[in-house]
Formats: sequence, C-alpha cells, structure tokens
Amino acid sequence: MLESELTAGILTVLALNLYVLLGGADYGGGVWDLLASGPRTQRQRDTIAHAIGPIWEANHVWLIVVVVVLFIAFPPAFAAIATALHVPLTLALLGIVLRGSAFTFRTYEFNRDLAQRRWGRMFAIASLITPVLLGVTVGALSSGRIRFLGTYFAAGFFETWLTRYSFLVGLFALALFAFLAAVYLTLEARDDPELQDDFRKRALAAAVATGVMALAVFLAAGEDAPLIRRGLLNRPWSWPLVLATTVSATGAAWALWSRRFQLARVLAAAQVTLILWGWALAQYPYLVAPDFTLANSKAPAVSLRLLALALLAGSLILMPALYYLFRVFKGEQFARRSGPRGA
Amino acid sequence: MDDLLAARWQMAISLGFHILFASAGIAMPLMMCIAEWRWLRTRDETWLALAKNWSRGTAILFAIGAVSGTVLSFELGLLWPEFMRHAGPIIGMPFSLEGFAFFTEAIFLGIYLYGWNLVGPRAHVAAAAIIAVSGAASGLFVVAANGWMNTPAGFRLAAGNAVDVDPVAAMFNPAAMPEAVHMLLAAYAATGFIVAGVHAYVILRGDDAPFHRKALSTALLVGGIAAVLQPVSGDVLARFVAETQPVKLAAMEGQFETRRGAPLRIGGLPDVETRTTPYAIEVPGGLSLLAYGDPNAEVRGLGDVDPELWPNVRVVHLAFQVMVGCGLVLMLVTFWAAWLGWKRRLPGPRAFLRVLLAASPLGFLAIETGWTVTELGRQPWIIQGVMKTADAVTPMPGLIVPMITFIVLYMFLGGIALWLLAHQVAQTRGRGAEERRSCSNPN
Repeated sequence: MLESELTAGILTVLALNLYVLLGGADYGGGVWDLLASGPRTQRQRDTIAHAIGPIWEANHVWLIVVVVVLFIAFPPAFAAIATALHVPLTLALLGIVLRGSAFTFRTYEFNRDLAQRRWGRMFAIASLITPVLLGVTVGALSSGRIRFLGTYFAAGFFETWLTRYSFLVGLFALALFAFLAAVYLTLEARDDPELQDDFRKRALAAAVATGVMALAVFLAAGEDAPLIRRGLLNRPWSWPLVLATTVSATGAAWALWSRRFQLARVLAAAQVTLILWGWALAQYPYLVAPDFTLANSKAPAVSLRLLALALLAGSLILMPALYYLFRVFKGEQFARRSGPRGA
Repeated sequence: MDDLLAARWQMAISLGFHILFASAGIAMPLMMCIAEWRWLRTRDETWLALAKNWSRGTAILFAIGAVSGTVLSFELGLLWPEFMRHAGPIIGMPFSLEGFAFFTEAIFLGIYLYGWNLVGPRAHVAAAAIIAVSGAASGLFVVAANGWMNTPAGFRLAAGNAVDVDPVAAMFNPAAMPEAVHMLLAAYAATGFIVAGVHAYVILRGDDAPFHRKALSTALLVGGIAAVLQPVSGDVLARFVAETQPVKLAAMEGQFETRRGAPLRIGGLPDVETRTTPYAIEVPGGLSLLAYGDPNAEVRGLGDVDPELWPNVRVVHLAFQVMVGCGLVLMLVTFWAAWLGWKRRLPGPRAFLRVLLAASPLGFLAIETGWTVTELGRQPWIIQGVMKTADAVTPMPGLIVPMITFIVLYMFLGGIALWLLAHQVAQTRGRGAEERRSCSNPN
C-alpha cells in the first residue's frame, strides 16, 4: 500500500492541491493588488498585504513539497519534465523569486511612496505572470508533445509548451487563483462592508472568468490534448466529477451573490479542488503523456515506502503547526459569521 | 563558454547566493531568541528593541533565502536531470525531511514577525526557538544530501543502474555529519561576526548606547563560540576527506607526489605543469601529522591518478587557504573578545572594534571559499567515483542565457537587500542620544 505508485501519485496531487488552495491564492492576491482601483484602492492593497504577509512563506513550501515528492517517487518523469520544460520552469522561477522578494521589499521599504510604486508593482506583475507559467507547464504535460526515446529528449525546447492549449491552461490557472483570492479576501474585509463588496464584485467577475476559461480549455483540448478530453468524458468517474464541479462552481457564485461568504469560501475551495483532481484523473495513468506513466517511472519500493512514512510523520508535526498559524492569523474569520445574515 | 560550464556557473552562483541568506536564516533566529529571552528575564526594554530590530533584518534575509532555495530545488532538475534521475530516490529522504523542517521555519517565522501582539510573550519567544531549531535541522538535512555526493552510500551499481537502494544508509552517509556540523558552525560564526561588525561600526561612529553594546556581546557570543569550535570540526573533516577523497585533499594541499612526511603548505600557488606548489611556507611533516596523526604517514598525491580526474588544483588550494585563514583570524578575534569580556571591558577599546569590523565579513568569505573547496574539489565528479558532472547536465542548449539572467537577478536582489539592511541599521543610530534624553527626562 505505502509503496504503491498510486499512493505516491495521490500524495503528489494532494501537495499540489494544497499549494493551489493556499499558495495559489497568494498569487491571486497579487493580481488584485495590480487591479486595485476605485476610491478604496489603498485599503484594498493594505488588506491584501495584511492577508498574505504572515502566511505566504509557509504556503510557498507546498511547491517545494511537490518538487521533492516528484523527484523521489517518479525520478525519470521529474528528469523529463525538468529537461523538456526548462524554459517555462526557469521563467516561473524568476517570477517566484521576484514576487517573494518584492513583497518583502515593499513591507520593509522605508519610503512608502517608493514602496508601492516600485516594489508593489513588481510584486503584482510577478504574481500575475507566475501562475500563467505554472499553468503552461501543467498544460504541456497533457499535450502529448513531450516525447522521449528512452532518456533521449526527442522534441524541441519550445514547441511542447508554446501552444494555444498550454496558454489557455495558464490563463485558467490565473483565473482560478484570482477567484480564490477574491473569495478569501471578502472574509479578510469582513469589518468593512464597502471593501467587502469590492472583493465580492471581483470574486464574481473572476467566477465568470473561470467559467469562460474552463470552457475554452475544454474546447482547445479536443485538438491539442485529446488525452485530457477523453479522460474528462469517457471514464466512469467523468460525469459525476463534472457534475460535482459544476454544482460547486454555481454554488460558490450563488453564495457570493447572496453574501454568504463563509459558504462561498468552502465552495470555491471545493470547486478548485475538484478541477485539479479532475485534471489528475483525466491525466491518469500518465505523468508526462505519453511516455511516462506512474508505473513506468516509479522509484524503488523502499524509496516510495520511506517517502510515504516521512510525509506521514512530517504531517504529524506540520498539521498542528499549520493549524496554529491559521488560528493566530485567520482565527476570527472562522469564529464569527459574516455578512448581513450573520449569527 | 560551453553549456556544461554555464550550468556549473549557474549552480555555483545560485548556491553561493543562497548560502548567505540560508546561513543568516539559521543563526539570526537564535540571536533573536536570546535577546527576547533576556527581555523576558530582565524586563529591560533594550533587549526587546534589539529582538525587534534584528527580526526586521531577518525578515528580509529569510524571504530571499526562501525564494533562492526554491530556485535551487528546481535547478537540481533543470540543470542536472540525469543526476536527479538516479539520485532522487536514493537521496530523497533528507530532502523530504528538510521540506518539513523548512515548513516549520516558515510557519513560526510568520508567527514571530507578525504575531508580536497576537500571541503571548512566552509563545513568541518559543516561536523564535522553534525557528532556530528547525533552521538548524533543515541545514543539517540539506548538507547531509551534499555529503552523499562526496561519499555515496546506500546503493550498489549493477550495469550502470543503482540497485539495493537504501535511503536511510544514503542519508547517514559517512560525510553527512562531519560536513553538516562544519556548515552549521560556519553559519553561526559568519552571521554572529557580521552582526557584531555592524554594531561595532555604529559604536565606532560614536553611538555607544546599551542597545548596541548588548547587540555586540550577544552576536559575539554566538559567533565566537562557533568560531572557536570550528577549527576542531575542520580538523575532523580534513582527516575524513584524507580518507574518503584523497584527490580532493591533495588538491586542497597542493600535494602532487605521494610521499611520507608530507609538509603542510601555507600559501603557495600550485603549478599543474611542473607538478609543484612554489611560494608556500612548508611545515615539515605537518600535513601527514594533521591528516593521519603521524608526521611520517604517507599522503597520497595527485600524481596517483590520471590528470583527467583532477579538479582545478590552483583554485581549490587557494580557496582552502583563504577559508582556513579566515577561520583562524575569527578564532583569534574571539580570544581577544573573550579576554575583554572576562575583564568586563566589552565593547572594548577602539582598536578592538576596528579589528572586529575589519574581520566581520571573513566568516562569509570562509563559507564561500569552503563551498568552493567542497564542490570544485569533487570535480570532475558530481557523485564521487560514480557519475561525472558532464554526464549529468541537461541537453538544453544556450545555458549561458539563464546563467546571465540569474547573475543579474541576484546582483539586483543582493544590492536591494543590502540597501534595505543598511537603512535598518541607520535607523538604530542615535539611540544613545535618545536613551540619554529619556534618562535625564523621565517624561
């Protein structure tokens, strides 16, 4: 059980899931910083900075967990991804570095005006670009264009990811992150109804954008990523999953509309989670289609078993610590109901 | 510049940049913890101000350390996919454990930096202690993984593939502990001294406030203890290298011929053509004594192996000399500081402060040159005796482009970080005047 490649695959997607729900929303925060506007521009930006300041570094670690799990559990697939997608991954890294540094520079810049003009802008632009590049990478994994003959890379360094489909997936990721962030921010702004409404409107707009992008990705997949398309339509779990995703997406939009912000947060997280697992199931059993599957790129059994044990044991320390972190900084959001229908 | 060289430079620059911030991330939390704990014990507000001040600097350093560490975790695959394809499942253990140590660090740093008014004072100082411990742990794990590249263990080669994989044995590879201890001590020494140097500078500029005196002595305590222990750790490590990587040791010492009673060379410029190391002060039998505990012991020279398998002898030897020299200077400064402390004369005479200021960057210079010895001294191998660096590199062409990009990026980030830190320091100046005012006028 612990040494099966399926367990390792599930652990990978689980870590990715947490990265998307937590780290993804931090990128989304940067997007809303960039798009901050209206009479409450400064309050919007302050709320975003206040929301992500204490937690972004912890949230970011999930990405490192994904990388580590991949190279321990599926080393040939990891090597293949790192080889074929060198360019977009390096660009994403530049985004990650600039986003994190600029955010910190803005916090500790003594010249307030300069802080926003220079570092705030850099933080926001990097937050916008990085999710697109991460999405492009994920899109390329499903495209079937990354070909290996043994360990020999038999495709180009650009043609696998410079595609319409990959960029649609990138924009889809961006829309999802922005959506999550706006929904979370409605609760961060719970003491300021005007500000809360700013984020509510943004969340609704982002909800529409995610719907449009979902459709666009699905249509483009017919030509560019037939594997995903088949996986989405022709598996036993296909329709229940699509249905559940649609219900949670619609529910999240309805909850936003009717100002049930706590519920909206739960449904938005469920929606994004279902989309991610839907992608993973559609992709199954491939890690990098069509040459690397879970089975043909798994590590020796002992490595997989120790990895699962290390993740299990690590979680015993991690989960209470994470709970403590979120209770200290986000506790009030859970303790009180929000919105006019509260209590 | 060919792609292999570009990849090696990119890796070297990424490591050399990250290690500065990672070292500070290990040692600063310990110093913040000491300062805040002293505040809890004495209720002297100066200690609290010090903890807060250091925490602002740490926030900047830690963030850059976190993102540049992410770059490294990707670069292992982006630049060396063949290495990771083989090494990933063998040496993954310490990386996965490091992930959790880093998680703990990041979580409690968030609580520390943003939770001054949200958690109780005891919980707050405990957060600093947890960051300090988990920071040290993540350092230990990562260096253990590097140790495996020097003394690979936990697998057997059969037809070019690793079989009988034992990740636990790989994690506890022979070099892991000696290397990790050396790096941890280096982090405390380098950070302690650079911080002490900053406060010495402010005191020299005429601001002799209790704030800076307390900062100076705390930083010297952390840096000094490490600086005194470091030569012992270095001696253990050198003996270990003599045994497991004789070629690396020979390059470090500029020893070309295998001989009994090999001398210890201070300075010197190895010449690969003539196979000699001229311009060195030679201590007869010194190397044999240090490496094997016997002045007549046989030391293997570079001549024993094919020059194809030599590292860059000149650079490795010089880097080693610089590292040892820096370490010795820091040890001597520590003795001086200890004597002054014993006489209750810290921060001491201006001469001491000037020397301390001049010596304060040497710890980081030692870290950089020490990693140069470790990594360059292992070449041409990426896994000693198992895989060559040239066989591990990505087929991606044009690697000079990402290399230059990262050089520019890191120069930019390093410059900004220095500038912001300098400003943080500048804000603490004038504390002496402030404190004197508040003393003479209690309102």
